[in-house]
Amino acid sequence: MFPEIGQFSLILSLFFALSLAFLPLIGYRKGNRFLLQSAQPLTFIMSALVLVSFVILSASFLMDDFSVLYVSQNSNSQLPVWYKFSALWGGHEGSLLLWVLVLSGWCSAVAIKVRTLPEDVGPVVLSVLGMICVGFLSFLLFTSSPFARLLPDVPADGGDLNPLLQDFGLIVHPPVLYMGYVGFSVAFAFAVAALITGNLNASWARWVRPWTAAAWAFLTLGITLGSWWAYYELGWGGWWFWDPVENASFMPWLAGTALLHSLAVTEKRGVFKSWTVLLAIFTFSLSLLGAFLVRSGVLTSVHSFAADPTRGMFILALLVVFVGGSLLLYAIRAAEVRSSVSFGATGREAWLLLNNILLTVLTLTVLLGTLYPLIFDALGLGKISVGAPYFNSVFTPIALLLIVFMAVGPLSKWHHTPFNVIFKVCSVAAVVAVLSAGLVVYCYEFGFTVWLSLAVAFWGVCLSFTDWFGKVSAGAKGIIPRARQLPRNYYGMLLAHLGMVVTLVGIVLVSVNSQESMLRLSPGDRARVAGYEFHFDQMEQVKGPNYVASKGQFTAYYANKVVAVLHPEKRFFTTRQQVMTEAALDAGFTRDLYVSLGERLDDSAWGVRIYVKSFVRWIWLGGLMMMAGGLLAALDKRYRKRTRG
Amino acid sequence: MRKLLFFIPLAVFLILGVVLYLQLGKDTQYMPSVLVGKKVPAFTLVSLQDDQVYTHQDLPTAPYLINFWGTWCPACHVEHPFLMALADSGVTIIGIDYKDKKDLAEQWLEQKGNPYQIVLMDEMGRFGMDMGVTGAPETFVVDGSGVVVYRHQGVVNAENWPDIKGYMK
Repeated sequence: MFPEIGQFSLILSLFFALSLAFLPLIGYRKGNRFLLQSAQPLTFIMSALVLVSFVILSASFLMDDFSVLYVSQNSNSQLPVWYKFSALWGGHEGSLLLWVLVLSGWCSAVAIKVRTLPEDVGPVVLSVLGMICVGFLSFLLFTSSPFARLLPDVPADGGDLNPLLQDFGLIVHPPVLYMGYVGFSVAFAFAVAALITGNLNASWARWVRPWTAAAWAFLTLGITLGSWWAYYELGWGGWWFWDPVENASFMPWLAGTALLHSLAVTEKRGVFKSWTVLLAIFTFSLSLLGAFLVRSGVLTSVHSFAADPTRGMFILALLVVFVGGSLLLYAIRAAEVRSSVSFGATGREAWLLLNNILLTVLTLTVLLGTLYPLIFDALGLGKISVGAPYFNSVFTPIALLLIVFMAVGPLSKWHHTPFNVIFKVCSVAAVVAVLSAGLVVYCYEFGFTVWLSLAVAFWGVCLSFTDWFGKVSAGAKGIIPRARQLPRNYYGMLLAHLGMVVTLVGIVLVSVNSQESMLRLSPGDRARVAGYEFHFDQMEQVKGPNYVASKGQFTAYYANKVVAVLHPEKRFFTTRQQVMTEAALDAGFTRDLYVSLGERLDDSAWGVRIYVKSFVRWIWLGGLMMMAGGLLAALDKRYRKRTRG
Repeated sequence: MRKLLFFIPLAVFLILGVVLYLQLGKDTQYMPSVLVGKKVPAFTLVSLQDDQVYTHQDLPTAPYLINFWGTWCPACHVEHPFLMALADSGVTIIGIDYKDKKDLAEQWLEQKGNPYQIVLMDEMGRFGMDMGVTGAPETFVVDGSGVVVYRHQGVVNAENWPDIKGYMK
């Protein structure tokens, strides 16, 4: 009975979404206030109905209702209760419901804030969001309903959740990632609303900025979590694989980063207007493209959902309607948008333009690498696959260049900054950076590329500090009162930029300074890796809730002192007859110890993989700093001013 | 003229849409290897029979096949008798026991016979990743100088063997 209510509730919410997509727009056209004001309640009702379906599906999972096909495919009565809940988004249908739930959540958030927008702008934004909801709700209802039943032959037990997904990472990674992905639809809705109403000014940019910053922060966290999850769960010890699905989340991030910066220029200087709108459309399109690539089966990837051309067709149709429609609107209307103030070729806007160019190039680099196999095949040129070597060699130099300029931008002022002022500061920072990086490289015998990358990192830190110090030391008041006066927006930027530098340091050091050994060890054996001594103490059999495991115990010594006791496991999941490797980690600020069990070689000996990874945590620490920076910027006081009473 | 510029994004998107449309429903599984024309990647694997560590330097110097298989793979059961026949006719085959369990693999070879000169355990699938395999069975033809000359996905049988054999020079 309940699953039918869930289904019915989804159908109802589709009707409300349809009304939301049309009524406020008609109201805008006819100047009807009643229709315009219907946008807010329609959004709330639609979201509430989606929430009802979501709660019902969660309940079906928690109560082991295997008469629901989706539950029987993705859950099992033996599954721990928190995985029963997260199994909801372990497959295509449920994750799409999560997507719709997150989307309706963002819609409600905009609806709550709609009073801070002019009377004829807010409802149009909600209306555009309503259209997106119509698209995804019909996708869910027509091709992938999670409430389909297995009646009358109800299975006694379910097929269990994929063991790879039975992990804390999976509980949090998809919801956070979707918060980011879907959050960019708010920026998109604002962009389309601006094209419809022709209302594209500095206050428009001020409305969009906090939404974009919030979505960007969530996406940053989502990608960081995904990378961390791949590192400890997949058992390969890598943290980024340039897999098509990783790229699918990375492209909106790059475009979204460009959007954040170009919005700043549009707000402060009133230029780049049509470019900013195009970037907002582009970012959202890349989110949709990601959904298409993951769910249509056109690319092979470790993350793909079951390939289904019908679903692919539906998302492609959504892509054509939303992206094609908005680009058509853009083509017709953008030429009418004029930039008001002149562009200062020597001011901060010039640096931000450079930032936008580089980020766009980076996005296109990743896009090309991801789609190249498809394009190549479609032209009948044969099959190829593009891997890490392409991305590493093309992406890295541009990204380094971007970080170099990233540090300079904040030092300059809007419109015009004398060249010699910047030059003086930069040359000092350059000397300091090159020398200190050189010292590190000399002491640890690293190569030239490390020198270059570390110099860029030191340069970033030097200039960020100089900028902050310059801002707090000028003027009569003391340093601390002045430091407190600087807006949250500024500290958000500073934190995100430093996060970028921290990630850079992590990436550089983990790739040159890590040690990896594959060994054959029996209990009682010892092995030395990178100055650490690993002692294989024992091996035991343990039983988990839905698996049995061989669990090893390793003690790591450094200079004859115990630093860590590690327990890698080899788990056998009984329902799916699948073996999973659980690597054991000892996390540290400057290094991770990583032990993972390979195959059993004979009665006592095991193939054991031991890594000592230096500074790998910094990659994710930087990600967290960027996320915090984004949130700080989104919460700046400036954005909370009301434009009408 | 300026107005036309704003149509460029739309045009690019439409072209991309057509490409994506053409790709829908295509068989994305088939993929000739990027390794063709390159040396077999370096590896260190333990052999199933005697627990010795083998590296790429221990590979044969005459043309041979590298066959990825696993006891978990139904198609490998189908392929197995033909590999036995090939081995009897003097073809050298190196077996890679891909993402499999040692005891199951031993049992399999005991019951069905062993067509392989060496069987190496790739339980983590790492060598498989280096070779770019997407599943089992997969077979690579390697020439006398250790260069991969052909990749075949799926079962090797009497029908496709003449083609594959053509590469063994």
